[in-house]
Amino acid sequence: MIKIANVSKHYGDFKVLTECTTSVSKGEVIVVCGPSGSGKSTLIKCVNGLEPFQSGEITVNGISVGDPKTNLSKLRSHVGMVFQNFELFPHMSINENLVIAQTKVLGRSKDEANEKGMKLLERVGLKAQAAKFPGQLSGGQQQRVAIARALAMDPICMLFDEPTSALDPEMVNEVLDVMTELAKEGMTMMCVTHEMGFAKRVAHRVIFMDQGRIVEDDSKEAFFANPRSERAQQFLAKILHH
Amino acid sequence: MGYQWNWDVFLQPSATGDDTYLGWMFAGFKMTIALSLSAWVLALLLGALIGVLRTVPNKMLAGIATAYVELFRNIPLLVQLFIWYFVLPELLPTSIGDAFKQSNPVMQQFLASMICLGLFTSARVAEQVRAGINSLPKGQKNAGLALGFTLPQTYRHVMLPMAFRLVVPPLTSEFLNIFKNSAVCSTIGLLELAAQGRQLVDYTAQPYESFIAVTLAYVAINILVMTLMKKLEDKVRVPGYMGGK
Repeated sequence: MIKIANVSKHYGDFKVLTECTTSVSKGEVIVVCGPSGSGKSTLIKCVNGLEPFQSGEITVNGISVGDPKTNLSKLRSHVGMVFQNFELFPHMSINENLVIAQTKVLGRSKDEANEKGMKLLERVGLKAQAAKFPGQLSGGQQQRVAIARALAMDPICMLFDEPTSALDPEMVNEVLDVMTELAKEGMTMMCVTHEMGFAKRVAHRVIFMDQGRIVEDDSKEAFFANPRSERAQQFLAKILHH
Repeated sequence: MGYQWNWDVFLQPSATGDDTYLGWMFAGFKMTIALSLSAWVLALLLGALIGVLRTVPNKMLAGIATAYVELFRNIPLLVQLFIWYFVLPELLPTSIGDAFKQSNPVMQQFLASMICLGLFTSARVAEQVRAGINSLPKGQKNAGLALGFTLPQTYRHVMLPMAFRLVVPPLTSEFLNIFKNSAVCSTIGLLELAAQGRQLVDYTAQPYESFIAVTLAYVAINILVMTLMKKLEDKVRVPGYMGGK
C-alpha cells in the first residue's frame, strides 16, 4: 500500500531524513516512534506530499508521491490524515467540517455527504454535537471529529501524526479507542505516536526512528521484547517505566 | 478674544447665491463619502488579492505582490496624488490623455483621487491580509491539502474565511484612515469636506465655525464606521473561538 524507498530530506546542510526505507501493506497497522526531532512527523508528512523530499521514492497504492506529474490533490483525497492539533476548520460547524471536502473534492451531493457525515459522527459518538463549532468541543471530541472527517473521504489508508500528544491525559483513551476500532476493521494505518500501550495492543509492526534514520523496523513482539539498537533500548526504558 | 461667533453663517445664502453655506458643507460631506467608499471598495478588492499573492509558494507572484506593496506604501500619499493627477495623463498615449484632460474637471479630480486613495490603501490592506493569513496555524493549510483540496480551494474554503475574520479589527483602522486621507485630495481641487471647510473660511471669515463643523462631520463618519465594523465583527465571530460564544 505504502512503499518508502531510500527517502532523504535535508534543509541546507541539516539532514532531516536519511535513507529511510520501509513499507506498509494493506490492512497493516504500523506505529512510528522515536525521540522528538527524530523525523517521524516529517516522514509521515512525506507520505502524502505535505513535505517534499529530495531523494528516494514514496508510492501510495502504486502512485509516486514525488513525481511532479502526480495529481497530489487526488492522491491526498484517498489518504486520510489526522493531525496533532486536530486542525478542524474553526469557522464551520462540526457537520460542515465533515461535509465540505466530500462535496468540493469528491463531488458528492449535499444530502449524500450529510448522511455519510452523520453516520461517522454517530460512530465516533458525537452525533449530538453536529451543529456545534470546533471551539465548543473538548480536545478529545475534536480529534474524534477529525478522524471522522478523514474517514468521510473513504480513505484507502490513514496517517496519524501524534494524534494524542495535544490531549489532556483523560481524553487520550477516547481517541485511542476510535483508532483501535478502526484498526480492527482492517484499515491500513501509519501512526506516529508515543502511546506504547496502543502499539502493544494494536500495531503489527513498530518503526523506531532516531536522528532521521529508521533504526528499527520490526514486529511489535520483537521490538518490545528485544530491541536491537541501544538507542531504542534507552528510549523504551525511559518511556515504559514511569 | 474679539472673535464674533456666528453659527447662523451656515444658513446664509452662499456667495454664489444658489445654496446656503450648510449646503456647501453637505456637498463636501457627500463628496468625501462617495470618494472614500469607492476607493475603499477598490482597496479591499486589490488588497485582498495582493495580500493573498504575498503568501503563495510561487516566488514570482509573491515577488510581484511584494513590489506592489512596497511601491504604494513607501511613496507619500500627496506625491502619489500629484503623479496620478498631473503626471500620468501626460504619460498616457495622447488620445487617452487628451480624453482625460477634456473630461469634466470634477470627474478628473474624482477619478485620480479614487485611484490614488484606493491603490495607496490597497497596499496597507494587503499587509493586513497577509498578516492574517500568516497568523493562521500552519496545520490548517496542511489539513485542507490533506483532504484533497487544491491550493486555491484551501485558500478559498479553509484559510481565507478565518484570515478575513482575524483582520476585521485592523481593517477598521484602514477604513477610518481612508476617510481622513481623502482630505489630501483637496490639494488637486476636489471639493470634499476639508476643501469646503476652507472655502467657507475664505467666503465668510468664520474659521472656528467652519472647522468645528468639518471636524464634527469627520467624527460622525468615524463613529458610523466604527459602529458598522463592530457589528460586522460580531456577526462573523466564530463560536468558541477568540471570545465568540
